[in-house]
Amino acid sequence: MRHLLSTRDLDRDTAVGILDVAADMADVATREVKKLPTLRGKTVVNLFFEDSTRTRVSFEVAAKRLSADVINFSAKGSSISKGESLKDTAQTLAAMGADAVVIRHGSSGAPRVLADSGWIDAGIVNAGDGTHEHPTQALLDAFTMRRRLHGNAARGKDLNGLRVTIVGDVLHSRVARSNVWLLGALGASVRIVAPATLLPMGIEEWPVEVGYDLDEAMDAGPDVVMMLRIQAERMSAAFFPTAREYSRQWGLDDERAARLPAGSIVMHPGPMNRGLEISAGAADSARSVVLEQVANGVSIRMAVLYLLLSGTGEVGA
Amino acid sequence: MTARIVLQQADITRALTRISHEILESNRGSRGLVLLGIPTRGVVLADRLGAILDQIEPWSGAVGALDVTMYRDDLAKNPTRAPSPTSIPEDGIDGKTVVLVDDVLYSGRTIRAALDALSDLGRPRAVRLAVLVDRGHRELPIRADFVGKNLPTSVEERINVRLEETDGTDEVTIE
Repeated sequence: MRHLLSTRDLDRDTAVGILDVAADMADVATREVKKLPTLRGKTVVNLFFEDSTRTRVSFEVAAKRLSADVINFSAKGSSISKGESLKDTAQTLAAMGADAVVIRHGSSGAPRVLADSGWIDAGIVNAGDGTHEHPTQALLDAFTMRRRLHGNAARGKDLNGLRVTIVGDVLHSRVARSNVWLLGALGASVRIVAPATLLPMGIEEWPVEVGYDLDEAMDAGPDVVMMLRIQAERMSAAFFPTAREYSRQWGLDDERAARLPAGSIVMHPGPMNRGLEISAGAADSARSVVLEQVANGVSIRMAVLYLLLSGTGEVGA
Repeated sequence: MTARIVLQQADITRALTRISHEILESNRGSRGLVLLGIPTRGVVLADRLGAILDQIEPWSGAVGALDVTMYRDDLAKNPTRAPSPTSIPEDGIDGKTVVLVDDVLYSGRTIRAALDALSDLGRPRAVRLAVLVDRGHRELPIRADFVGKNLPTSVEERINVRLEETDGTDEVTIE
């Protein structure tokens, strides 16, 4: 694997392979010495043009557990705020010898530009670009589902037959897009529930079933309910009348959560707007795997960095 | 080049039985023994040794697997390797006598990686090494304590260990 830009590039076997490596990485977290010498001498740059806590910290922890050197570079307090272009920033990082660049950018496609431009020779990991994709989030979500579905016998398995319902702001959500492609490749069936104003153009082309009524979707008894964050910072127009109305119609409240079948799980990519798309009761219930998602995020990112940075490029036995 | 069979099923079983006795002899019983196989075929061999030891005398040791992929020194020179699972006994390896089990001992670099991996997992009382085939050409100061068969080879030759559990047949060939 040279870059990780989109979950669209991943077929079933590659995706399952990443999840398997992540399972081995997860074991490291349970040991006394939580460190592997694998990426000693490699440099990973976290290039964040947008705010982030968990993704950046997660990548930082992942790189450090593999003994790579980590440089954090955020737009605030750097030359970007003086107007430096992406090209100059990339060339600067290349001159400093970065082996991998983890990039989050407000513009969809920025990681692809970095990967294809020839400005920098490093492996590029997309950590969220605009409203396009967030592949490591989708991978950690799939990893979390697979652990719940298959337990310790998960190795080599996909998500065949799993029914996943994604609820909320699909229009602005890169998490939803990455999840839809990846879950499709892994054999899960996806249903999307959202107000019509928060669905993107062309959703009929997606490999999903679309609904508008959350209660109906809950009664169908999905295995996984994934709530998306209402992204106030990306909303330039009114997509729904009031927050209270949204919450009443499309929020996962205690009553809706209680109607889910036993064994179903509730996911959220974070940060949660408690009381808006998810109630505190649902977020803290035994069904909620939000903290598991965070922990699994480190394992997935270790796996991705390992696959990107070790070896001569091609995957062997 | 044609492959020549150097060990057949019965030879492999005999070698493993002898190694089992040697392990028990040097450890004075199975107390505190942990057999850790190095994937892929080392794990199979460790399981077999465990089963044989169990027949010889009441077995109080444990069998597990130790993946060394992340500790290798040749990661950058080869295609990306997919790691295998590591499984360590519940109560860890501190104070135990760990016997590393692998199919072929060659440069010694895999064992070097295994020793590093082991030190991140705990502090065994002693570490021993059991291999089915020692083919020489060491690049590091490492030797095996228990050897199934010493096979003088040239660097151009290839040793193939095939085991029932992974390859459907029991044999060691040289080509």
